[in-house]
Amino acid sequence: MTGPAGPVFATMAAVATLGAGESQQQEVELARRLVAGEPGAFERFVELFRNKVFQYSLLMCGHREDAEEVAQDALFKVFEKLDQLREPERIRPWVFRIARNACLMKRRKSVFAPAQELSLDELMPQAGDDGGQRKLEIADWSALPEDHALRAELRRVVREAIEELPEIYKTVLILRDIEGLSTAEAAEVLEVSEEVVKTRLHRARLAIRQKLDWYLRSRRGEKPAERAN
Amino acid sequence: MSGAHRHDSECKRIFALLSEYLDAELPADSCDQIEAHLKDCPPCLEFLESLRRTIELCRGFEPGELPGPLAESVRRELRERYEKALRARESQGAA
Ligand SMILES: [Zn+2]
Repeated sequence: MTGPAGPVFATMAAVATLGAGESQQQEVELARRLVAGEPGAFERFVELFRNKVFQYSLLMCGHREDAEEVAQDALFKVFEKLDQLREPERIRPWVFRIARNACLMKRRKSVFAPAQELSLDELMPQAGDDGGQRKLEIADWSALPEDHALRAELRRVVREAIEELPEIYKTVLILRDIEGLSTAEAAEVLEVSEEVVKTRLHRARLAIRQKLDWYLRSRRGEKPAERAN
Repeated sequence: MSGAHRHDSECKRIFALLSEYLDAELPADSCDQIEAHLKDCPPCLEFLESLRRTIELCRGFEPGELPGPLAESVRRELRERYEKALRARESQGAA
């Protein structure tokens, strides 16, 4: 016995917070150079944040043309209001708030989908009995990393799962897990409490986990696999 | 063991907290409770692992698509706004 639950779980918890830090720092640094009027900062900023806003709105609305327009509208707003950006370290939530509003303006013209709720109960896996042991009815996730073909497939499944999320969950997942905003920053962008961000993020992740799980099980033939026609 | 029913209700309670646990956003005592449960509950541990991998996949997800080239007229207009904002910042700073 090596002490209580320690290192294994600590490592697990840490993994999820790694990754986004470095690029965040670079973006903040870029924002500093931008407001200082340093040469080259404008071009770099336009390139980077136009792509980001485009990708955000493409996932949100699903149409390239709309996403291009949203990216352009948002950039116009960003530069129009740049004299009001007091803290360059807040560049990411600041830009995404503008992007989100540009996205909503665009959406207003299309059909408004009613807010759809994801329930925890439906995202919780069933537990069965395996020779007296409680056993979850989920796929074997331990084999994931080695298989490269599978990882390419998983990327496709992840994309589809994100696209299919109801809007209020999708936007949280993109901001937190893809763009790497903190809970507080995402709350600021979406004008909701941090608790709401956490709740929605958890459900969004669970919904994606469930789709990945279905995929993995169908692949292993636990359920009749629907072969790509 | 206090029976499967109580166990299930604890699993369910913890299920609702797993993202916050993985994001290290829970207070220490909640973390301890979760870890104590996970030690004795392979199904919850297995589920946690599948969620952790899901988050990794989401974090590693790169949307891929890029917008088309930026029209020169738009770039010019953006730069004009940028320079105007810089001048405004300067005069605010000077004031
Ligand atoms: Zn459990």
